[in-house]
Amino acid sequence: MGITAFLAMVRKDLLLFLSDRRAVIVAFAVPIAIGSFIGSVTNGAGRSNEPLRIKIALVDLDDSAISRSIVTGAQGDKNLNVTLAGADDARDRVRKGEVTAAVIFPKDFGDGAGRAFFRGALVQKPEMEVLFDPSRAVEVGMVRGILTQHVMESVSRELFSGQSGSRFADEALKNLESSPMPPDRKRLLKEMLTGVQRYYRDSSSASATGGTGGVFSMPYTVREEEVTSGSRVPYNGYAHSFAGMGIQFLLFAALNMGIEMLVERQNGLWRRLRSAPVSRYMLLGARAASTTVISLATLLVSFGFAMIVFRVRIEGSLVGFAMVAVACSMMAATFGLLVAALGRTPGTARGVSTLAVLVMVMLGGAWVPTFLFPKWVQAITVVVPARWAVDGLDATTWRGLGLSSAVFPTLALLAFAALFALITITRFRWEEAN
Amino acid sequence: MLEIRRLQKTFGPLVAVDDVSFTVEPGQLVGLLGPNGAGKTTTVSIIAGLVTPERGDVLVGGKPMSGDTDPLKRKIGLVPQDLALYDELTARDNLRFFGALFGLSGAALDRAMTSVLTLVGLADRAGERVKAFSGGMKRRLNLAAGLLHDPEILLLDEPTVGVDPQSRNAIFDNLEELKRRGKALLYTTHYMEEAERLADRVVVIDRGKVVADDTLAGLYAGVGEKAGGRVSLESVFLTLTGRSLRD
Repeated sequence: MGITAFLAMVRKDLLLFLSDRRAVIVAFAVPIAIGSFIGSVTNGAGRSNEPLRIKIALVDLDDSAISRSIVTGAQGDKNLNVTLAGADDARDRVRKGEVTAAVIFPKDFGDGAGRAFFRGALVQKPEMEVLFDPSRAVEVGMVRGILTQHVMESVSRELFSGQSGSRFADEALKNLESSPMPPDRKRLLKEMLTGVQRYYRDSSSASATGGTGGVFSMPYTVREEEVTSGSRVPYNGYAHSFAGMGIQFLLFAALNMGIEMLVERQNGLWRRLRSAPVSRYMLLGARAASTTVISLATLLVSFGFAMIVFRVRIEGSLVGFAMVAVACSMMAATFGLLVAALGRTPGTARGVSTLAVLVMVMLGGAWVPTFLFPKWVQAITVVVPARWAVDGLDATTWRGLGLSSAVFPTLALLAFAALFALITITRFRWEEAN
Repeated sequence: MLEIRRLQKTFGPLVAVDDVSFTVEPGQLVGLLGPNGAGKTTTVSIIAGLVTPERGDVLVGGKPMSGDTDPLKRKIGLVPQDLALYDELTARDNLRFFGALFGLSGAALDRAMTSVLTLVGLADRAGERVKAFSGGMKRRLNLAAGLLHDPEILLLDEPTVGVDPQSRNAIFDNLEELKRRGKALLYTTHYMEEAERLADRVVVIDRGKVVADDTLAGLYAGVGEKAGGRVSLESVFLTLTGRSLRD
């Protein structure tokens, strides 16, 4: 009789789920829609090599050879979209959010940079002003790095091959005697600057006789490679977005199950179920089983769609993916039971548990990568089950890792499931005053 | 068939049921009457195995019932006060589910469903979703769900609340038929005329205690004189429980 009752309870829950069109849409269509959207705006499938084209405004108040060279370099950079502007206009454009940052090269920036290049702390360095949109702090960091490259290239080029270099070296030699530097270091610097002057003379005579002058440039080039499941396998952002959204809506499906249990209690259905000769564990277990099936279906339908439409692939262990998916569904099912055990009324339980789900998926990295969080927040995500689910699914899909990478997330998710089940068993209200 | 012995149940400071005892014999309908909060539903809940008493016994066919999975629960059918049905499922799917909880399956379940649907007059509506039913039809299906596993004892907790006179009469006819089949029925209600029509014996409970347990004739004879004027079950009830509001 036990198995008959158990299967009947699971069947009934599945029938109820499928009979509620809205629940089916929420469970299947919504995660697909949101996963598709987030995947497309984050990285999409194989589009990660596209340049960033960060919009910036440059203000050249110096108009020197060095500042013009920096502007030219920045304009030619594939990662920047540069417009020239006046100082007030640039500030206004940043405020309106039209550009990420505005960079102002003040008057005498080139001369100041040349002097500082040879004499370091002995002279005051010129100030390059960066006005930035605080909501795009990450991009500003990238702009700073890109501009540093162009400033260093332009300054060194001008100093070692342009008209200004010899003049700055002469100035540095003249001021060397009066500087407070220790004598031995002063002697070494004098030798270097004398060598630089000789370099200029030789370069000039080489030019006169058809030789070429030297130009400083970045002493390295960069070869970037996405570390994914294999060489030449591009990162597919949809894999992560569908994992995140799949988990979010799987938790929502489980939450709905918990709310339905509270509604059943209110409607007197729970009394009828309890009057049957079935154990309390079977009542809870059957509900957990049906919710696990629904949650798993939610996740698999989402990933199925992503595989067909966005070419998401399980690049790693298929068994590992299945382990994480099942463990994740079990965790969600017991979370639903927890809602039913701790909730007093459907209304209050819905509000509190919706908040709990949203916090869980946010901290789990389903919305934004966890590295954007402060360190202390990153530390506490180990107690967030959604984080293990996202990690496990990422590992077995786009990271292409083997079965071993799925073991720890699976165990963590099962541990959460056991914890939720234990709390449910101890806190479930079986008897109530009529 | 059903014997209740000295039941006691408290919820915190509230003594819901206090030393309650009575019996229900086969082919007999016992009306369990009492004001709101008197302890009727708690008593029914204890008998159905939903609530564990602190003291006392529920004997079914002379055997004490205990635990959630006691096979004796199969001899009891509960018709709860609420419409304990799944609105989104059809009448047939509701019955299939509740039947399976009592171990019914296959041809036996099909026969049982046909039998109870015919009894309550819903055989031709079995394939419709419950949400499309009227209040009276839902009440009748609620009764059918309690009868599905052919229990020997039927607990009916205010089974006619909110139904029209036609459906109420149909339910009465069903109950009288069940009495003829030898079922033991325990019936709680606030409607005195229902108890007068159906009950072979009446148990009046107030503040958790049994204050009367007799046939209608016995109650009229014993309490009727104190009630004064024309004797009715309502006047007897008010004499036994007082006129103060209980809500």
